[in-house]
Amino acid sequence: MDIGMLFIVMLFVGVMLFFANQARRQKGRNLRDIPAFYKLQGALEVAVEDGTRLHVAIGRSDITSPQSAAALVGLSMLRRIATVASESDNPPVSTSGNGLLAILAQDTLRATYSQLGLFGAFENDLGRVTGLTPFSYAAGTIHLIRDEEVSGNVMAGTFGEEAALIAGAGERRQILTLAGSDTLTGQAVLVATAHEPLIGEELYAGGSYLGAGAMHDASLHAQDVARWLVALGLIGGALLGLLGGLAG
Amino acid sequence: MKSFMKSPVSISVALAGGWLILLAYIFDLDALRTQVLGWVVLVAAAGLLLGVLNLAAVHFGKLRSGTRNALYSFLLIISMFITFVVVATLGPGHEASQWIFTNIQLPVEASLMAVMAVTLVFAAARLLSRRTDLFAILFVVFAVITLAGSGPLLGFNIPLVGDVLRPWVTQVLAGAGARGILIGVSLGTIATGLRVLLAADKPYGA
Repeated sequence: MDIGMLFIVMLFVGVMLFFANQARRQKGRNLRDIPAFYKLQGALEVAVEDGTRLHVAIGRSDITSPQSAAALVGLSMLRRIATVASESDNPPVSTSGNGLLAILAQDTLRATYSQLGLFGAFENDLGRVTGLTPFSYAAGTIHLIRDEEVSGNVMAGTFGEEAALIAGAGERRQILTLAGSDTLTGQAVLVATAHEPLIGEELYAGGSYLGAGAMHDASLHAQDVARWLVALGLIGGALLGLLGGLAG
Repeated sequence: MKSFMKSPVSISVALAGGWLILLAYIFDLDALRTQVLGWVVLVAAAGLLLGVLNLAAVHFGKLRSGTRNALYSFLLIISMFITFVVVATLGPGHEASQWIFTNIQLPVEASLMAVMAVTLVFAAARLLSRRTDLFAILFVVFAVITLAGSGPLLGFNIPLVGDVLRPWVTQVLAGAGARGILIGVSLGTIATGLRVLLAADKPYGA
């Protein structure tokens, strides 16, 4: 039995439920400023007014790997974006480099429009596979950004160096590109190419900042608590190692 | 509860699958975990096929509506059909299948990689004009130090840069930063997974 893992899971769940309970009692939210998400909300409003569309790229992660968490965040963001942009003439479109992710994106959009009573607005090609290898995915997505009246580009998922091509396409069209990846290569590339790069765990805050619910906010607070615990553990471990070295 | 009443099957399957895998990890039930993951891998393989069909369907749609770049869609569908027939009939190890891969797929991907290199250089050059904050300045400074220290300039090694600054930047600063980012990503992954397991996040359309 893996006691360590059981402890981490129980601690995380406990802290999340505590903060979710706190959020229900308190009014207002206590989140730090991430300007990228305010700009995204602005881009959403512009898209609704102009009749243009937002593009949400959820990457190419394998759903059976831990990297699928980044794509799940992309799907949460897609749901919130589709809800807000439901009145637009051009509904948001999602691209992925994996068949299962495309099905999840279609399912997310279908459920969102169904809940809003706008099922007629849903079409299967709103959740697309644009390529099944990293560079073919990028090549297919570039065409979509260029040809389909896209006024904002959201990248939330697993991306490697091919992210440069997708973010570069947004840059050439001078549209907002908000982008985060769970890989170090993807993040390094996006810092140079995206208007609004999301670094580290900022990607996982996407749902919360788009108003996905109290549990998203609570999980962010739980991450903060866990981060402090990890930091204290690292400092404590280093000090103990130093003291052990001096004593030895 | 409301969403559970609407989609009881999808929510039950997602929660049961997720908790089963997690508990199998915690209580070392390797046989159960391997069995469930085996089913998931089968579904993932079917997903790959559905991905190909989705790609074909989107480009059929573009071809039918006669959009500006319908010719590219036509080429994609023809190429996809030929590749599928060749690989399905002769097998992936056959000479013809390998020829398609090494003479068409590889050069196309290599050319995209070359375009990516140009895009990155262009983006890095424009970074300071787009964002003039401390973060962007540090990014450019350290990128220049790393590049300058990675090889000799006109046959001469730049003093201090290659043997002192570059190793310090890549091994101390970048190494520590990368570890910090990876810890953040890991915590985000745990939080996202637990939200799904608690049915607070339902990315399967329920």
